[in-house]
Amino acid sequence: MSLAFDMMRKSSTILTHLKSKKINFFSPSTALLSPQRNPILTNRFNSTTAHIPFTSNPIHDQHVIDFPGGNVKFIPEMRFIPESSQDRIPCYRVLDHNGEQIFGTDFVQVSEDVAVKMYSNMVTLQTMDNIFYEAQRQGRISFYVTTVGEEAINIASAAALSMDDVIFPQYREQGALLWRGFTLQEFANQCFSNKFDNGKGRQMPAHYGSNKLNYMTVASTVATQIPHAVGAAYSLKMDKKDACAVTYFGDGGSSEGDFHAGLNFAAVMEAPVIFICRNNGWAISTPTSDQFRSDGIVVKGQAYGVRSIRVDGNDALAIYSAVQAARQMAVSEERPILIEALTYRVGHHSTSDDSTKYRPANEIEWWRLARDPVARLRKWIERNGWWNDMAESELRNNLRHQLLRTIQVAESVEKPPLADMFSDVYDVPPSNLCEQMKWLKETVKKHPREYPTNISM
Amino acid sequence: MLGVIRHKTVRPTFSAFRHFSSSTKQQMTVRDALNSALDEEMSADPKVFLMGEEVGEYQGAYKISKGLLEKYGPERVLDTPITEAGFTGIGVGAAYYGLKPVVEFMTFNFSMQAIDHIINSAAKSNYMSAGQISVPIVFRGPNGAAAGVGAQHSHCYASWYGSCPGLKVLAPYSSEDARGLLKAAIRDPDPVIFLENELLYGESFPVSAEVLDSSFCLPIGKAKIEREGKDVTITAFSKMVGYALKAAEILAKEGISAEVINLRSIRPLDRSTINASVRKTNRLVTVEEGFPQHGVGAEICTSVIEESFGYLDAPVERIAGADVPMPYAANLERLAVPQIEDIVRAAKRACHRSVPMAATA
Repeated sequence: MSLAFDMMRKSSTILTHLKSKKINFFSPSTALLSPQRNPILTNRFNSTTAHIPFTSNPIHDQHVIDFPGGNVKFIPEMRFIPESSQDRIPCYRVLDHNGEQIFGTDFVQVSEDVAVKMYSNMVTLQTMDNIFYEAQRQGRISFYVTTVGEEAINIASAAALSMDDVIFPQYREQGALLWRGFTLQEFANQCFSNKFDNGKGRQMPAHYGSNKLNYMTVASTVATQIPHAVGAAYSLKMDKKDACAVTYFGDGGSSEGDFHAGLNFAAVMEAPVIFICRNNGWAISTPTSDQFRSDGIVVKGQAYGVRSIRVDGNDALAIYSAVQAARQMAVSEERPILIEALTYRVGHHSTSDDSTKYRPANEIEWWRLARDPVARLRKWIERNGWWNDMAESELRNNLRHQLLRTIQVAESVEKPPLADMFSDVYDVPPSNLCEQMKWLKETVKKHPREYPTNISM
Repeated sequence: MLGVIRHKTVRPTFSAFRHFSSSTKQQMTVRDALNSALDEEMSADPKVFLMGEEVGEYQGAYKISKGLLEKYGPERVLDTPITEAGFTGIGVGAAYYGLKPVVEFMTFNFSMQAIDHIINSAAKSNYMSAGQISVPIVFRGPNGAAAGVGAQHSHCYASWYGSCPGLKVLAPYSSEDARGLLKAAIRDPDPVIFLENELLYGESFPVSAEVLDSSFCLPIGKAKIEREGKDVTITAFSKMVGYALKAAEILAKEGISAEVINLRSIRPLDRSTINASVRKTNRLVTVEEGFPQHGVGAEICTSVIEESFGYLDAPVERIAGADVPMPYAANLERLAVPQIEDIVRAAKRACHRSVPMAATA
């Protein structure tokens, strides 16, 4: 408790320092409005901190300006900051394209158990995506989004986090939920919106959520999850929890105002949050060259005072190491971290588009074959003697079998009951909704032939 | 002058009144009522925190958060960067995971910048998550017309927010309302839109010892009959309740007994109180400062048509703001918002005391 008070006092002092200087620097005439000089304004400007005097630093006045935020040097040249640096921000990686560990790499050691689990999860994700995608194409579900090409970001980032860390996904991170223990049957139940869907059949397929697994329900609105993650991080910080919030978004999402507000607020509020941008080159049909002219997303962190790193998004070990380091800094130093993962969306945006209509097929094929993150990790674990062809075929066969069975089950389960339409609008259902439910039930009972038969009362 | 003196003797926190006898009615401004409600709820629950532009150092654009920064520190009274969409989204996120934020908009006009987070995030998350993620958050600030601040500071959003399931929408009139409803809003597990009125902040109202007690709280979804009557029902909320009461006084002198209902809650709407009153008086005048189309009055009218049509002895009269963005010039501004005389005339029309409008044309 006393530590909390000390921290509060400390942050209040810093705030005080900056604010008092700001007031004095910008408007020397503020003195005329001070409570002592103008009794009418006493209440209006009754500040808890404004009485702290401004002190200038005459020694450095010739060469620097003591400006809010720290000293700024004066220079005689008129120098504009260039719109981009000569070299692009480099990208951190551990494994080369062939799955060989690059000599001298700085990375977090991964045990055999974790490595094999990460790999198996990546294969599971890939297989689940394929089968659910096919189910959509067969008209069995209305919609789906795959993570093809981004399996490493999904699984390795989740593996580097603690279960107490709260995830705010976009909609292409089902792998993180898979890692946390959401079962294949639970995924299928959601996509088929049956009565066992833990979302009660209220959201489009692939809009998963699980309070138990600290995975916020997917929002279709792009980037709204970014400020939410900052707010949740603030909540974790206030509760002094040993956890951070983690949010995912794409290159397209970084153009939303919420991205900018989120980063700025996170820096100002010193919130323990990790922003993971999956820069996969395409926002539906919009390439990054039409999205922004900056060197990707990573450079935007510095503009907001957020520590940032660019990572090879198809290298599971690099993602794992970067996220683990980011988590450590976010939690222990109470600060936001931005990670830009360079990757490629090998699948279509969703089942609602055909990406070969707006991008070259050979570009997709190159990323699918030459840059596959799953194959890369497989080579590394095989090289370590942790995996072989037999394990591979057994895993893939089992998964396919299991998933086909899973969707058959999900399909055969009845749909949510009528009451699920009315619950959860509020904590306690208001009288008008109770009445409507009653009327609807009575009407359905009275005119059963006029209503679908698959409504459970 | 008397009002000023009276104001000065009143203190923001209820504790100052403890030694008065319970039968004595004290005066309290709406500003102090809101401030004391915030103070008490922050003191009672460490999860409650206040955020918004200028709420800390400056103590709120309208001084509603006076003294709170000093008392609760900068971690619970947050001066935010000037980004409505930012602090609204952050508030919603904080509510998802354990905190109970009170988000202040400098005016509800500016909440339009953050509408996505209020509607798509706050209002729908409990439902979309199948009850797994509740959003205990309060959005508060002045709403509707003030004086001389033009179209972008004068819009009433009661019917906008009132149309969205998942939200609760409250509009206090008096100090009793302000204290009781704000405390209820903060304690409620659902997202609440709390519509204040700038011109009421400085107004004083009598408050009982019960209202001043820290346990005081009003039920959400219950209207208050401010004045009983038998000839015509007048519904109003926020500042218009005062106008309706003044109109009722004028009408009383002319022998018309008006019942004034202070809605208090726009969503849920207390349909039963409204309908019970109309079944008694057989006449209805709805009053609001917002625009007429799809307004709160339109919803009340529908409710009465649906439930009490056979009881009506006259067409429902609807008083609303003019169907134009608020003009700035004072003469035009006055014409754009309901006046006491408008309510009096409408009540008389409903009671067939004047020539029908068509005949005068």
